[in-house]
Amino acid sequence: MALQFRVPEPPARPGEEPDFSYLDIPAAGAVDRPPVDVHQTSIRDLAWTMIRVLDDDGAAVGPWAPDVSPDELRTGLRAMNTTRKYDERMLTAQRQGKASFYMGCTGEEAIAVGQARELGPRDMCFPTYRQQGWLIARDWPLVDMACQVFSNEKDRLHGRQMPIMYSARDAGFFSISGNLGTQYIQAVGWSMAAAIKGDDCIAVGMIGEGATAEADFHHALTFAATYDVPVILNIVNNQWAISSFQGIAGGNHATFAARALGYGIAGLRADGNDYLAVLAATRWARARAVAGVGPTVIEWITYRAAAHSTSDDPSRYRPKDEWQAWPLGDPIERLERHLTQAGEWSEEQGRDTRAEIAAHVRAAIKEAESYGTLLDGRQASAKSIFDDVFEEMPPHLRHQRDELEALQALQREGAET
Amino acid sequence: MTAMAMNVAIRSAMDVMLGRDEDVVVFGEDVGYFGGVFRCTDGLQAKHGRHRVFDTPIAEGGIIGVAVGMGAYGLRPVVEIQFGDYVYPGLDQLISEAARLRYRSGGEFHAPLTVRMPVGGGIHGGQTHSQSPETFFTHVCGLKTVLPSNPYDAKGLLIAAIEDNDPVVFLEPKRLYNGPFDGHPERPVVPWAGHPLGEVPDDHYVVPLGQAAVRREGADVTVVAYGTMVYVAEAAAAETGVDAEIVDLRTLLPLDLDTIAASVAKTGRCVIIHEATRTSGFGAELSAVVQEHCFYDLEAPIVRVTGWDPPYPHAQEWDFFPGPARLGAALQAVMEP
Repeated sequence: MALQFRVPEPPARPGEEPDFSYLDIPAAGAVDRPPVDVHQTSIRDLAWTMIRVLDDDGAAVGPWAPDVSPDELRTGLRAMNTTRKYDERMLTAQRQGKASFYMGCTGEEAIAVGQARELGPRDMCFPTYRQQGWLIARDWPLVDMACQVFSNEKDRLHGRQMPIMYSARDAGFFSISGNLGTQYIQAVGWSMAAAIKGDDCIAVGMIGEGATAEADFHHALTFAATYDVPVILNIVNNQWAISSFQGIAGGNHATFAARALGYGIAGLRADGNDYLAVLAATRWARARAVAGVGPTVIEWITYRAAAHSTSDDPSRYRPKDEWQAWPLGDPIERLERHLTQAGEWSEEQGRDTRAEIAAHVRAAIKEAESYGTLLDGRQASAKSIFDDVFEEMPPHLRHQRDELEALQALQREGAET
Repeated sequence: MTAMAMNVAIRSAMDVMLGRDEDVVVFGEDVGYFGGVFRCTDGLQAKHGRHRVFDTPIAEGGIIGVAVGMGAYGLRPVVEIQFGDYVYPGLDQLISEAARLRYRSGGEFHAPLTVRMPVGGGIHGGQTHSQSPETFFTHVCGLKTVLPSNPYDAKGLLIAAIEDNDPVVFLEPKRLYNGPFDGHPERPVVPWAGHPLGEVPDDHYVVPLGQAAVRREGADVTVVAYGTMVYVAEAAAAETGVDAEIVDLRTLLPLDLDTIAASVAKTGRCVIIHEATRTSGFGAELSAVVQEHCFYDLEAPIVRVTGWDPPYPHAQEWDFFPGPARLGAALQAVMEP
């Protein structure tokens, strides 16, 4: 009798037919909505199902259907469309050599936009690199976003960060790190601080399903459970972590929401491409937090239609047309269908809005380009790399800066003669 | 003024700051109800409340990660890592996050946290209770690294560290918690009571970061030391008769190069002593800067007396620990023409 070592494989590789039969998809409206103060042991089943509001015809059905105005939905839709257009244009800019790198969030827009719209103005998001929709939904200037991607003279981060590693305290958006998962436990800390101070705002953590394997994920759930922390811990399950499908993170044996159950935390699992479900589940979890009940883990089921980044080529590890086969559709199309069916949207409105957004995005990016791109090399000064490491620059950094400036002066002189 | 042992002085610093600044919170493993395995937080929870001083799960990465998040909110966390040997799971949050947060966010966010941990040997603790990890921190721009040698400095430096808006790693030589130790284990333990640096003000005061202290003036050789090695140096000087000038760094980064350079310019000789392992130890950095700035003042090569490289053994404690015999031999050798 010999032992076997099994390495999980995704259901479909390049050249094969996409296969999402592993996803159990209940009908919209099928899942109950418990009171926000329910004990987490009574709702364990919610971590194994999928909360859905929008059915395939665009109708909002069931107990989770949120009370939300068409105006608010149109605002969210606009933000999703803007995010998609911004991603498209920035991807092009990167291919043109204006930026070194870019990461799109195509297909996942509803999660960041919906949470940004639903949560409070003082709530703090601890994001991954795929929540640019949050900034756009909170009207953070597109110009500033693009300037950061171009690392140009107006980059608020002075060229220090790779493209898309935004920071926007005024939008409730914590500085993005390149290290996976570190933000998750930080979100718990932020919420612990708010609770210690008797505040009424909360933090939300974002993490991808792949990064739930990191230690910070487990620390976050342990600390959140131990202190009943008023935090929302989102798991954005977009099925892929670069080339690793969700099974490599242990997803074949349990849902990611179900990880919460082992820690004694309420776990919800929801359709991440259903804008109304995003609003509804977020609203529930926030109410639970501010009522002092405790944390909620929400697994959002979505699909990473984009490549991981501009350095990635998904055709090398998954079927090219996999997104077309994705059973939960496109969040933008589904919300438009819902609004249209409710008489609150039309194809013409869609065309006009998209044209407006395209012009707005084009103008913002054009303005950002005027401040410099990778092509013209206009960026923050070399000597500025020594600023902001410490609150006050210590002597040894001053000496290093002086050395760099002296060297560059010498090089300039040499070039001039 | 009160005679305080070093762990008591450290406690006093936290007590003063908890009373003075309502944003200060203290947490770590066993620091709450129990008061810490080295008694550094004894009585603080009872006095200031569970929402200010509390126990955490056993997760160094979690402790420091939570501190980063709290700092982003606006609190001023002072966390304890139970032994410096256990800090490694927390290095990612300390190095990748706390140290870089101000820089990478263009100043929007910062991490005003203090991370305390007992370090060093001389206690038969073996490789998991005796390490000196200071160079993991000094190598990271964005962290300040502090290591006091006595109760007076410990309290003043810890208050300065807590008030500092940058992340500070505060390393406490555990062999010195209860009294100075000169590297002679066969001698009776000496308490801090009666030692001039064991007299500590009861209230708030600051010993500035980034300033070394000359513990003993001398003309023959500059001994650069910190922590327990300050007392080893005093013993070695007394036992060999070498007129050593002993510089107690107190802060490793930012380094007080001026004090070191002035001393080496005067003496012409430099011996560095630290408990940490030799290769890539802080002595390597000190050797480089002294060489860069004081080459023409030197009469002899710079010498490093350090812990040996292997993992810190248990039974062979005194073979590993750089004591006065080893330092004394180095002092005599460096004085040879």
